[in-house]
Amino acid sequence: MNVLFSLLAVGVLIALGYLGGQVAGLRFVFGVVIPYAAILVFIAGLVYKVIYWAKSPVPFRIPTTCGQETTLPWIKSSTLDNPHTTLGVLGRMALEVLFFRSLFRNTRMEIKEGPRVVYGENVYLWAAGLAFHWSFLIIFIRHFRFFTEPVPGFILAMQYVDGFMQIGVPVLYLTDLFLVAGLTFLFIRRLWSPQLRYISQAADYFPLLLILGVALTGIWMRHFTKTDIVGVKELAMGIVTFSPMVPESVGSVFFMHLILVCSLFAYFPFSKLMHMAGVFLSPTRNLANDNRMVRHVNPWNPEVEVHTYAQWEEEFKDKLEAAEIPLDKD
Amino acid sequence: MHDAKYIVPGLVAFLVLITLPLWYNAAMGRSAVGPTLQYPEGESQCVLPKDEMKGEHMQILDDWRDEAVRDGERYYVHPDGTTREKSLTNTCLGCHGDRAQFCIKCHDYAGVKPYCWDCHIEPERD
Repeated sequence: MNVLFSLLAVGVLIALGYLGGQVAGLRFVFGVVIPYAAILVFIAGLVYKVIYWAKSPVPFRIPTTCGQETTLPWIKSSTLDNPHTTLGVLGRMALEVLFFRSLFRNTRMEIKEGPRVVYGENVYLWAAGLAFHWSFLIIFIRHFRFFTEPVPGFILAMQYVDGFMQIGVPVLYLTDLFLVAGLTFLFIRRLWSPQLRYISQAADYFPLLLILGVALTGIWMRHFTKTDIVGVKELAMGIVTFSPMVPESVGSVFFMHLILVCSLFAYFPFSKLMHMAGVFLSPTRNLANDNRMVRHVNPWNPEVEVHTYAQWEEEFKDKLEAAEIPLDKD
Repeated sequence: MHDAKYIVPGLVAFLVLITLPLWYNAAMGRSAVGPTLQYPEGESQCVLPKDEMKGEHMQILDDWRDEAVRDGERYYVHPDGTTREKSLTNTCLGCHGDRAQFCIKCHDYAGVKPYCWDCHIEPERD
């Protein structure tokens, strides 16, 4: 049900895009108004959500440790998995953000003959996730060729490396392949296992299918139903230079691609995709495990009136002396 | 808001990155409008209609190369009955002689670097 609903939603979006490209009066709406609205919703929604999250206090360290904590000098500590310094935390965060280190530790459990529980490694989710995320980032940056004039050299260099195999014309980008392969794996993985299917919501399938739709319409436009690329760049440049225009020559296939991209941007702040910002705010990853070195005081603890031993001793000093009880002070 | 000293710079960095095309284009001061091409004088008809050529020229050139170099089929019969040689240098550049005024304009604008000129050279004109 969840997957059919998601599929239907993406299908409706594609149909809307087709309509937007075909009906003359709608081309400006779908080519300019909706993209502006989507970008605004994306930026405002993302900033709102991060600030909302930042209102949650994290007064204490929450160490989920995967290695030896720093203790005595002769016990070897795990500086990246259980850092106690800011530098160590930066290392752990970099590995988390760039290489999904905690996902790499993903394990699978099976019940074998016996019955006997067996744990094994499971790197497929990590590998597909890494391939998908990196490809998507490179494709996103590559698209800056439509939003910049003149096109900066590093984008041309990126395109050159990405199309290094020179397969077909226009050349096939390897990241396009990796993106579709990664997404296909992530999608089928949810359908494959009954347990995983049981816990999968429409909110899990929809982003996968939406991004798959973006990728496939893009590949379709590049390699099969061509559209006027100069017109596409004029449209994109019009948006970023605030002089919007929708050239006649831009075909419906582009509008299908565009409506899916706009949906992705507008949907982003309200979905699980916000893990893009959230990963930076993970308390279990971005706080040093220095509980044994630094005293972390809860900032909103109420003032408690304390009566220390020193004060007590001072108060009953004469009685303690009379009873010949030794004083701390001496 | 807690930890603002980390979160605010992070958000600002994100906003700058995501809006980079706005600043870049403002600094470069180029217009959003694409290039205008100089079409050959005297000729009114390419090997295919203009719209098809826009989308398919790279595929046609690739097919022509394979057919001419590998299969020895060196001539293309135009729908109007005339015959053209499958040759980038003689046929394509025969009309579109100045590639700086034709090929390069759109390719530069769209950020495309065709590898035609890895092997071919531009014929010298009088």
